[in-house]
Amino acid sequence: MARLESVPVALGESVASSAPAVPAAKVTPRHSGLVRVTHWVTTLCFFALLISGIEIVISHPRFYWGETGNVLTKPLFQLHIPSSRSKVQTGYGYVLPDQNGWSRYLHFQAAWIVVLTGLLYVISFLFTGHLRKDLLPGKGDLSWRAFSSSIAKHLRFERPSAEEAWSYNVIQRLSYLFVIFVLFPLVIWTGLAMSPGFVSAFPATVTAFGGQQSARTIHFFVTLALVLFLVAHVVMICVAGFRSRMRAMITGRADGTHRERT
Amino acid sequence: MTDISRRKLIIGGLAATAGVSGLAVAARIAQKYGLVPPDHGGIYGLGETLTYASQRLLTRHSLAREFSRSQISNPPFANEMPPLNEAYKRLQAGGFADWRLTVDGMVDRPTSFSLDQLKSYPSRSQITHLACEEGWSYIAEWIGVPLSRVLDTVGVQPQARYVAYFSIDPDWWDSVDMADALHPQTFLAYGMNGKELPVGNGGPLRMRVPRHLGYKSVKFVTRLTVTDSMKGFGQGLGSAAPEGGYSWYAGI
Repeated sequence: MARLESVPVALGESVASSAPAVPAAKVTPRHSGLVRVTHWVTTLCFFALLISGIEIVISHPRFYWGETGNVLTKPLFQLHIPSSRSKVQTGYGYVLPDQNGWSRYLHFQAAWIVVLTGLLYVISFLFTGHLRKDLLPGKGDLSWRAFSSSIAKHLRFERPSAEEAWSYNVIQRLSYLFVIFVLFPLVIWTGLAMSPGFVSAFPATVTAFGGQQSARTIHFFVTLALVLFLVAHVVMICVAGFRSRMRAMITGRADGTHRERT
Repeated sequence: MTDISRRKLIIGGLAATAGVSGLAVAARIAQKYGLVPPDHGGIYGLGETLTYASQRLLTRHSLAREFSRSQISNPPFANEMPPLNEAYKRLQAGGFADWRLTVDGMVDRPTSFSLDQLKSYPSRSQITHLACEEGWSYIAEWIGVPLSRVLDTVGVQPQARYVAYFSIDPDWWDSVDMADALHPQTFLAYGMNGKELPVGNGGPLRMRVPRHLGYKSVKFVTRLTVTDSMKGFGQGLGSAAPEGGYSWYAGI
């Protein structure tokens, strides 16, 4: 373990070419220590945010558009679930227990940790070349032919080739980029737009969405998109080989075939 | 390999020491500048402190958004609430003529104000958003006297750091720091949408803190206490909210 952990920094930097990242030596980790740690911290925080977010939504499972909305207002839509508040007419004959207190504490604690982790991850792009090497699609990848063949492979749930144990395919790269640079920023932004303190200093945060209730509704839909991503992500990991992909993200070691080949 | 391990160990140890002492220094500075909330203990203390400290640095003087008359929620909304107690009902039967707002603690002139006295000060109004932590919200026009006007009258002593405020319902009390207490939009509201403040919205007298979620705007206020520490109040967490599991700082 000591050996594996001590080398990544030195070797990670020497792999500077944009060629498929086949390891230069058998000790090069598939994912750098920083990627592995930020990945799992983000995973933990995402589940904390999701569970606490669901609890908060249960107290008012109605969504609106514009500045205001309450039980006297016509909702944009309503989730057909029981509520933890008796004033919300749900059609269920019971009221769930109020769990908002710890949910809100946990939601913001996890939000702080995931935002700081995300910042560390994005700032590390400047030093590691992770963005250019691993996330931005290569020139050849963006051709229609390469793109459609990648989509076809995904649709057939084809087990990826051995090279892919060491590199992301184009669909993977584009979805990771979308999550990192569109969904996460949007979910943070709409979250801040619901904070009465924050928007007093930066009103454009909320007026850009047309109101606090619009921001809340968008926050909900971005969360749905992130959950969809999570499901697809886990499904693809199972298709590619759950054990090998989990091992690569936990220990950094990738498939044995590659270590033999190098 | 052992060399690298030893070097890593030393560097790691130095980094950890620097980190811990850095945190300790940060905590001292945060405490000195009033950036640590009363409910900073426990597993969620980190998030609470980061939220409070960063919002205090960013929002000390910022104003909550104000809206046009046409944006006032119609019909007006009043949240459900627990039944009113006997003390309230007695005062209500007398048309609130005997309602008093007592101001004590670290003030030069402890005073008990009647509603008429409060209404004799120049009234102010604001059309602001009230958002509940549950997710619903409404906009109303609030009419009242800025809390800062009342605090000026009683003379706040320089060591004051919080203003605690109490509802006639003994389970319901809260506090704000001086930045919020002296903020021009923090009101003792006695009117709403051009009329007397309805009972359902906290009449005859309600705190309004528009830069916070709704639960900070305590209804039926009868007492203010100016203090330098929230330790002696309830469980010392700043308000009734953390005792019920909710955070003291409700700017988010």
